[in-house]
Amino acid sequence: MIWVIGALAFWAVAWWLNVRLARLSLQGPARAVVPALFGVTLLVVWEGLVRGLEVSPVILPPPSAIGAALARSFAVLWVDVVATFVKGALTGFFIGCSAAFLVTLLIDRWPFFRDGLLPICNFVAALPIVGIAPIMVMWFGFGWESKAAVVVIMVFFPVLVNMVAGLAATDRMQRDLMETYAASYWQTLVKLRLPAAMPFLFNGLKIASTLALIGAIVAEFFGSPIYGMGFRISTEVGQLGLDMVWAVIAVAALAGSLFYGAIALIERRVTFWHPSQRN
Amino acid sequence: MLRALPVTVVLGIIAVIWYAGAVWLNAQWVYDQADRAGTVVTFAEVVPQTMAQDRPLLPPPHQVAAELWDGVAGQAVTSKRSLVYHAFKTLQATLLGFGLGIALGVGLAVAIVYSRTMEKSVMPWAIISQTVPIVALAPMIIVMASQAGIEGKMIPKGIIACYLSFFPVLVGMVKGLRSPDAMQLDLLATYNASGLQNFLKLRLPSSMPYFFASLKVAIAAALVGAIVGELPSGATEGLGARMLVGSQFGRPLDMWAALFAAAILAGLLIVLVGWLERVLRRRMGVVA
Repeated sequence: MIWVIGALAFWAVAWWLNVRLARLSLQGPARAVVPALFGVTLLVVWEGLVRGLEVSPVILPPPSAIGAALARSFAVLWVDVVATFVKGALTGFFIGCSAAFLVTLLIDRWPFFRDGLLPICNFVAALPIVGIAPIMVMWFGFGWESKAAVVVIMVFFPVLVNMVAGLAATDRMQRDLMETYAASYWQTLVKLRLPAAMPFLFNGLKIASTLALIGAIVAEFFGSPIYGMGFRISTEVGQLGLDMVWAVIAVAALAGSLFYGAIALIERRVTFWHPSQRN
Repeated sequence: MLRALPVTVVLGIIAVIWYAGAVWLNAQWVYDQADRAGTVVTFAEVVPQTMAQDRPLLPPPHQVAAELWDGVAGQAVTSKRSLVYHAFKTLQATLLGFGLGIALGVGLAVAIVYSRTMEKSVMPWAIISQTVPIVALAPMIIVMASQAGIEGKMIPKGIIACYLSFFPVLVGMVKGLRSPDAMQLDLLATYNASGLQNFLKLRLPSSMPYFFASLKVAIAAALVGAIVGELPSGATEGLGARMLVGSQFGRPLDMWAALFAAAILAGLLIVLVGWLERVLRRRMGVVA
């Protein structure tokens, strides 16, 4: 009982503090204090309720047990991350995004193909593409190649759709200006249209970054070597080792957030001129 | 008509590439068979054989279409071999998750628009929640649900679909509820409108375009969630389970048929949301 009361008391104090903090207009890194405090509150309430109400660790382990599992099996988790995230998701992400980028440039020269491909790609981007995972596993085997192949196809369409929209984002006046400079197609592309397409491209890359991890993990459900995050989750769930499952999820969340954050950081550097980056 | 031509041509090109790929990928099996039988086959003999294998690496389009037609129309709707039956199971979970996702997304959006503390605390975590690959959570949600004594696979599948679909609704609604400009808010203030009237008569109606734009994303996401939720659960029903079974028992045609059934379902759902949007817009008096 003391755990439950303690958790609820902590929640009340933290919420009161957050209401106070939210009123101040904090600048710079201090802005992270409010969400950080909220996150800590969630963890404390979770820990307190699980302990206080004596929830079975098979249903929901407390955060401390998850942390212990994380520290205990660090080496195992590292191998999983390398297999799934670095080899599967990142490789597939780079291949898929570069392919989408190049295809966009290619079809940009022939409006006929663009008009034909765009409705199809728009439709395919909305489909449950994860379904091709078993087919890719059949073609490329259980190794990381099949995971990368799934990721390539998953990230291809959102990036392509966004990139096509981006290349169309310049207005008449700007293109006319390039015309008066007697700029060639390539000069217009490199100096005007590609920079203007960057906000759209990064929008697509951000969507693709979360899809990449999903694709790599789903592909592992259909067959994998004896390591990898998807493999670890399915085997540990089978043994009811839920603290380990949560540890993998925490690692996946961290990897996913870092990946997303890295793309957001690059976006900041590349599209510094865009209104959304200028606060 | 003018717009349909490029699409048709591109579809034609895709079909040609597909057939070529089917010949290329499936030919190896034919050559192996001939090798074992001690005969030599010419290329002209190989091509027809690549079109009608039981376990092709890449089934040609007509084979997939035949399997799909057999699954949809060739079986009783209640049969376990019927794709309509499996699609219906997936559809149920999708709609459950979609409904939950809308409720959660709209609820959080209202809280975020009206409370600065909520905005600062919840919004960053909502973004982080989407970088967590939900598929990693899926097997665990299913175990937790069965431990907690929830019967059936519906609810865990619905929760996973909800997790994927709430985020687009949340983002769209926050933008939509904030879309009335200062002038409109001032007008309502001069009418002495209460907070509730302000919400019902101004903020909610002006958020509708954003709402429907995010619904189209959310319904597709909910379907992905429902299908993914069927993969690790050992489910025997649903399109995802159908793919898993096809993969485990080496029946590629089943996998392809289920994949296309899922694609058709996604297309139908998006069209349905678009239709709902048009109906509602007309009733709200927006000229289309």
